[in-house]
Amino acid sequence: MGMWLFIFTELLLFGGLFLIYSIYRYLNPEAFRLAAHELDTFIGAFNTIILLISSMTIAMSTSALQQKNKKLTIYLIVITLLLAVVFLINKYFEWGIKIKHGIYPGSEHLINDFSQGEILFFALYFVMTGLHALHIIAGMVVMSVALVRVQKGTVNANRPSLLENAGLYWHLVDLIWIFLFPLFYLIH
Amino acid sequence: MENEKPHIVPYRIYFYILAALVTFTFMSIGITYLNFGPYSVLGAMIVAILKSFLVLTFFMHLKFDQPFLRIMVSGVFLLFIAIVFLTFIDYLYR
Amino acid sequence: MQTANHIPHEVSYLDYKGKYKGIFSWILSTDHKRIAMLYLFSMMTLFLVGLGLGLAMKLELIAPGRTIMGPQTYNAIFTVHGVIMIFMIVIPGLAAVFGNFFLPIMIGAKDVAFPKVNLLSWYFYLTGALLVITSVLFGNGTPDTGWTFYAPYSFKTGTNLLPAIFGAFVLGFSSILTGLNFIVTIHRMRAPGMTWLKMPLFPWSLYATAWIQLLATPVIGITLVLVSLERIFGIGVFDPALGGDPILYQHLFWIYSHPAVYVMILPAMGVISEIIPTFSQKHIFGYKAIVFSSLAIAFVGYFVWGHHMFTSGMSGTAQYTFSLLTFLVAIPSAIKVFNWIATMHKGSLNLEAPFLWALSFIFVFMIGGLSGLVLGALATNVYVHDTAFVVAHFHFIVFGGTGFAFFGAIHYWFPKMFGRMYDKAWAKIGWVFFFIGFLTLYSPMFYLGMMGMPRRYYDYLPEFQPANILSTIGSWVMAFGVLIIIINLFRAAKSGPVAEMNPWHGKTLEWTVASPPPVENFEEIPVYGVNDGPYQY
Repeated sequence: MGMWLFIFTELLLFGGLFLIYSIYRYLNPEAFRLAAHELDTFIGAFNTIILLISSMTIAMSTSALQQKNKKLTIYLIVITLLLAVVFLINKYFEWGIKIKHGIYPGSEHLINDFSQGEILFFALYFVMTGLHALHIIAGMVVMSVALVRVQKGTVNANRPSLLENAGLYWHLVDLIWIFLFPLFYLIH
Repeated sequence: MENEKPHIVPYRIYFYILAALVTFTFMSIGITYLNFGPYSVLGAMIVAILKSFLVLTFFMHLKFDQPFLRIMVSGVFLLFIAIVFLTFIDYLYR
Repeated sequence: MQTANHIPHEVSYLDYKGKYKGIFSWILSTDHKRIAMLYLFSMMTLFLVGLGLGLAMKLELIAPGRTIMGPQTYNAIFTVHGVIMIFMIVIPGLAAVFGNFFLPIMIGAKDVAFPKVNLLSWYFYLTGALLVITSVLFGNGTPDTGWTFYAPYSFKTGTNLLPAIFGAFVLGFSSILTGLNFIVTIHRMRAPGMTWLKMPLFPWSLYATAWIQLLATPVIGITLVLVSLERIFGIGVFDPALGGDPILYQHLFWIYSHPAVYVMILPAMGVISEIIPTFSQKHIFGYKAIVFSSLAIAFVGYFVWGHHMFTSGMSGTAQYTFSLLTFLVAIPSAIKVFNWIATMHKGSLNLEAPFLWALSFIFVFMIGGLSGLVLGALATNVYVHDTAFVVAHFHFIVFGGTGFAFFGAIHYWFPKMFGRMYDKAWAKIGWVFFFIGFLTLYSPMFYLGMMGMPRRYYDYLPEFQPANILSTIGSWVMAFGVLIIIINLFRAAKSGPVAEMNPWHGKTLEWTVASPPPVENFEEIPVYGVNDGPYQY
């Protein structure tokens, strides 16, 4: 129950950002459409699929743990972590390209050459995907702790909570991205 | 989080859900290319809501948990929607 | 790890000697009662700082023009006064001190659901407070934006805002974790037989409050992060030059800060709902009505934030929507006042200090609440917005509400917490000075506001001076009352007469354990039968 309550706080935290997004998109529809063209839909979709698969694997790990299949549990958690790393690497390149082109919060290029709506789009893009990436890292940390404890045996079929909670947190990270993807990458 | 009897979800259920999620993802990409104008955002959001429903219900185990939890999760989403709605009353009518 | 089996049940939580020695036995303790004491002493210190800042402001305002400070200093002082009082005293106050101490006992539990997280909450609290203090002492000047940190000034001011904002952010974590802890505790750890509708009203109020702490606080968390990013990177979300809307900042800020006032007042109402039955020796009138009105206040409270923004530039439709919703939220509070008074009717009244605080709470809360109606009505709000009228309103309802409830709670539960009784006569004398001083300090502000004196100005027109002098004198009388109260309680804690188990003849579970309680509260977890319940006089 405690993890669900914590998840509620995260939903409201991102909720504030989604609120800002919805207002500014309503006020600047054309600018948002224009700015979204700078983003690569393919990478966004690829990352979406990655995260969905990783959600499945961590969910499966709970079943594996309950069926006392320690090896499978560990494999599934490791796969989830690897997928998370792939996601982060993609993000790193995405951001890298933007920054190389001079598009980042407070940059001269952004302030001088883009319309106000586009500036807002990119402000929200960097803040929301950045905060999301921080949560990916946090989720990886929690899952790693669970991994170690599964290996040691202190997390097992009779005491599954840590893994279950780690999974819940990971699904939250996935949930947020499920909304981020269409809002930033699918505006045409 | 304790369940009275641990409910073990078969692996294949998770596969099916993933398949549905990936399908929905491609659907949402398709919808946006089909230019519904202002309704594209609605279409994309509906798909996103469907996907999140699947993640919440199956991956996050809500289907098999106590009803109180489902009520609370719905409550939180409704609260968020209400706050967005109220804020829009400002911006819609300026 | 302490093994529960070996703790002798007669040892009080104050005397218990566990793994750690000296100060570490306090600052590393996960006992909810010790954590409550840690909060009590930190808050008392911070309260005195905030009080001092308030007295300094009143001293400046005793005459027009510069009296003891210039405008920049005045702006800094009202900012820090607000940040301390709001984020460190009234929002956490009752839940962190009395909730921590008494929630488990009142529901028949040994501790909260997550004792270590509970201690972590206090460390977040301390860290946040220290961060705010560093913003005062170091950097380019004490923050001068007001505790509300409005954009665009909050990202343009050259003063040292980032530590203050970060401090408030960290304090938010403390609040969230306490809320989370209390929700799980109440769901999972009620004694056998204690159904939801047999739980006393203070725990109920903490439950409603905990949901607000959990769901509203993240919104200000993200808002403060965004202001910091605006300051550091110039992202543009609130900057009109880059397309941002400062009014959106106000929306986000008040989406938290309005529910926050219900975090302040709901536990206060819970305390009053405990004191009144005990001191009337009568069952509370309308238990279910009070439960549902607490939940209703928590719920409707999310939807009224716009009444802080009537003059900001938001749409007319939004203005009257929020005005209507604001009137709705007043109804459950009124229901509670009726219930309290009905409880007292034909009760056997015991006019000791806790009851005096409860009675005066009702009086000042009503004044604050009625003035809230003036502010909730759109037309009158426009006239008094940003005047001293608003200052009077929120001091009556927050200081009068949460503050009076805090004093009531400390006088009510002091014998239980410390095992000693204070001097009852001096307690009443302290109350008299405080109450008279409070009324003298804040009542003139209603008048001044209606006459047009703006708030947050260090100067004013000469015709406002007589009322200001009266107000400042009130601040001294009130401060004198605080002094009496603190000295009285301190002396009692050190060397007052030993208190009995149930000096006020209360009927809730905390009065069935020793004063002070043993470490694990109960020798045996109580079991509620079909006919058991709170307030059975």
